[in-house]
Amino acid sequence: MPKKTLYVAKIRNGTVIDHITAGHAMDVAKILGIAGRTNGGIVTIAMNVASKKLGKKDMVKIEGRELNPDEVDKIALLAPHASINIIRNYEVIEKKEVKLPRVLKGIIKCANPACISNSDEPVQPKFYVESEEPLSVKCHYCGYIMEKQDILKQF
Amino acid sequence: MVCAVEFRSRDIISIKDFTRQEIDYILETAKAMEPLAKSGSDMLRGKLLATLFFEPSTRTMLSFESAMHRLGGSAIGFSEPGVSSVKKGENLADTVRVVESYADILVLRHPLEGAARLAAEFASVPIINAGSGAEEHPTQALLDLYTMVKEKDAIDGLNVALVGDLRYGRTVHSLSYALSNYKVRLFLISPESLRMRREVLETVKGKMKVVEKTALEEVISELDVLYVTRIQKERFPDPAEYAKVKGVYKIDLNLLKDAKKDLIILHPLPRVDEIAPEVDTTPHARYFQQVWNGIVTRMALLALILEATE
Repeated sequence: MPKKTLYVAKIRNGTVIDHITAGHAMDVAKILGIAGRTNGGIVTIAMNVASKKLGKKDMVKIEGRELNPDEVDKIALLAPHASINIIRNYEVIEKKEVKLPRVLKGIIKCANPACISNSDEPVQPKFYVESEEPLSVKCHYCGYIMEKQDILKQF
Repeated sequence: MVCAVEFRSRDIISIKDFTRQEIDYILETAKAMEPLAKSGSDMLRGKLLATLFFEPSTRTMLSFESAMHRLGGSAIGFSEPGVSSVKKGENLADTVRVVESYADILVLRHPLEGAARLAAEFASVPIINAGSGAEEHPTQALLDLYTMVKEKDAIDGLNVALVGDLRYGRTVHSLSYALSNYKVRLFLISPESLRMRREVLETVKGKMKVVEKTALEEVISELDVLYVTRIQKERFPDPAEYAKVKGVYKIDLNLLKDAKKDLIILHPLPRVDEIAPEVDTTPHARYFQQVWNGIVTRMALLALILEATE
């Protein structure tokens, strides 16, 4: 039996985002503000890795960082099958599947420049998820429908 | 079965928030208001309406004020945001929380989409959306439906064409949503650049037959209702785009020679040059009757919301 190859090195402490829809690893990195120009920890990105579940998948491993709930929701927007593994001392101490909430509050803005939620009002933008794949969300205030491309432009 | 109590203190934000039965109930109430509109009534004595018009407007504001006065109520308000606290930088959420102390009901017109929904979240008195940017104008849709019922007896079975600016025109958005409650065939006639908004199309397409076209001549002979809109210069981000489509539809006697004898032509007004004056004296023209129908429809809404009808 052929030995399984580990494509990227294990991390000691941090987060592994697995089962990212193939082709979206860079988008996930963008959402998390990973641009490679800061003095953060090691980040490894694997793309088009064979996956039983998805056929092909992407992965992002981030040394020394655990994600907050807003970041997890943002990842769910682009990679609804992703799983988040929290690593401490090389061990997976927590594993969770991302889940896109039915209502998104505050994490994205309405792409309609004429929407009241983009003006100086004391409200958070609010969206209803109409479809997860392909992604489609509707603004609570103006009804504008946004797709993945509209959302990606915001990060 | 729908009854008056369902409308008490209710906001009118989007026509999508209403079922066919509720819309029919409003239209029946509007019919009952016709004699009161002429004779006057004390139904809303002691009630106060405030019009908050953040966009220049005369007729919609006058229509609401006229409706309120005919029911014995009073009206206050502004139609020039330049002289209000808005100019000093106040946001809409604060404005409605101040003005709600002055009145029993607020009528809001605002240049931004979603403004009425936001206002309703902050106000404790009912809000009526009198136009929210290019998004919606629900009371116009109700008066348009009332005109169709009055002129044609029923809405089911009609072939209706909406012509002109379907992208930025809030009246055609609300009217499309409203018509999708009925068995109508809807023709959407516009230049390519002014096609009906996606969110509207997606909502109405599954509910009724919708045909998108550019040439009005191709369908004019099939129509029962021709709803014409102005191409609104003020909503175009790019003046060059406006210049390309300005005057693209012109309703004149030559076009109407192929129309059904009982075709009615509606327009939310004001018009510029999209309907030739020669059409005004034909039996097709019903746009000035719409203005009266607007008063009785708004009387019905005010009476229902302010608990004055049984």
